Amino acid sequence: MNRNPNDIVRYTAYERANHWAVGMSFILLALSGLAFFHPAFYPLSLLLGGAVWARILHPFIGVLMALLFIMMFFRFWKLNIITQVDKEWLSRVKEMVDGDDHNMPESGKYNGGQKIMFWLAAVCMVLLLVSGIVIWRAYFSGLFPIGLIRFSSLLHAAVAAFMIALIIVHIYAAIWTRGTIRAMLYGTVSRAWAKQHHPAWFRQITGGGK
Amino acid sequence: MALQSLDIKARSATTTPSPSARETMEVAKLIDISKCIGCKACQVACMEWNDLRDEVGTNVGVYDNPPNLSAQSWTVMRYSEVEVEANKLEWLIRKDGCMHCADPGCLKACPAPGAIVQYSNGIVDFHQENCIGCGYCITGCPFDIPRISKKDSKAYKCTLCSDRVAVGMEPACVKTCPTGAIVFGTKDDMIHHAEGRITDLKSRGYANAGLYDPQGVGGTHVMYVLQHADKPELFSGLPKNPSISAMVGLWKGITKPLTSFALGMLAVGTLFHYVMKGPNEVSKDIEKEFENES
Repeated sequence: MNRNPNDIVRYTAYERANHWAVGMSFILLALSGLAFFHPAFYPLSLLLGGAVWARILHPFIGVLMALLFIMMFFRFWKLNIITQVDKEWLSRVKEMVDGDDHNMPESGKYNGGQKIMFWLAAVCMVLLLVSGIVIWRAYFSGLFPIGLIRFSSLLHAAVAAFMIALIIVHIYAAIWTRGTIRAMLYGTVSRAWAKQHHPAWFRQITGGGK
Repeated sequence: MALQSLDIKARSATTTPSPSARETMEVAKLIDISKCIGCKACQVACMEWNDLRDEVGTNVGVYDNPPNLSAQSWTVMRYSEVEVEANKLEWLIRKDGCMHCADPGCLKACPAPGAIVQYSNGIVDFHQENCIGCGYCITGCPFDIPRISKKDSKAYKCTLCSDRVAVGMEPACVKTCPTGAIVFGTKDDMIHHAEGRITDLKSRGYANAGLYDPQGVGGTHVMYVLQHADKPELFSGLPKNPSISAMVGLWKGITKPLTSFALGMLAVGTLFHYVMKGPNEVSKDIEKEFENES
């Protein structure tokens, strides 16, 4: 439903559904994974019906997330190619975090920070999938030497922790930048939002209008 | 197995002290390989006492039978034929099973609270009712001992007959050994006993006879007297300097609470960022530009 014809479509229904399918998988994986990460988080395993169920389900949800992410990757990767403008944006990221965007270069559909987020998430996904298969004791660990299993256990935990940090930043950036979350919820952003945060993209889709 | 409960020295995935009102003597099982005749009575006794019946397998061409440890075979004899000196064949038979490390890699790696415990007497025991079947104990073990059951996905291994030891009996394998190759007692007594055996072996020409009580894992509560203590690998690949892998140490060490803290701080930090810098809103100028349209 779009009741304001002036709004700009940022994400199609398919893109939104894909994003939230990945997002929900990630949340389930992060919470159940944390349960095995440190005993302080062990009660989180109840989320998937207890620790044994969490152990059984976590890897399957992981494979699901990887498949869903691959679909998202091929849809978005071209939009995330890092350009000179993005490098300039990234070099000034400190000013942005400080709440001063006056000197930030004009972003296209995605700014440098969002693009870095995309590529880091993609790298994390690959590392988590590969290491996750090696430590999937029920089906695959028997095929690998013990040294590789140990390395993969360490890698899986480290990359997962890094990715949780990445997603905390991702979620916060969406909350911090008012008017952003609706883009992923129902697909549209206001014209003002587009002009403020992604002026190059705004010009591109409005043909230079205001 | 869970009979002793007030003398727990360490408990997997537990950050607070465990019940430790009771203190017991440190025990050890000493396996004298030079006295072992490979009769497998210990394997049978282990099955009997623990009520285990492995599947009848096939002969793989050597005496090793079953050929490996399993969820139903907590101890197996491993036979190796070696020529340490030219033209002098030696048949080295090692009873393999859990070493009950003082610093157990399985316990360190286990993410399930109370699935692995270490009693003050040194026995490392699996409590299957808490086991979630992840197999991290296998990843952590320097001796490749734990096995996950295909039937119930729980990890199993030698308990050092913790149920027998708790009531003052020796492990079943010790009780049955016909040559006295396996003895059991306090760790100090077993070290002392081993010294006598080593002296004897040295006088018989085994110059490198010695005790296998690897310090890399803090010593073990199953020890071997080896004819060739300088080359433990001869005994079906007994590791020379076993220790918990550095990768497991890093995976399960101080890094985890530190990382957890950092993630928490990051989440809290975003809240502080929001309240201190304010939201990133559309500027009033731009908003006004579009006001008439909407």
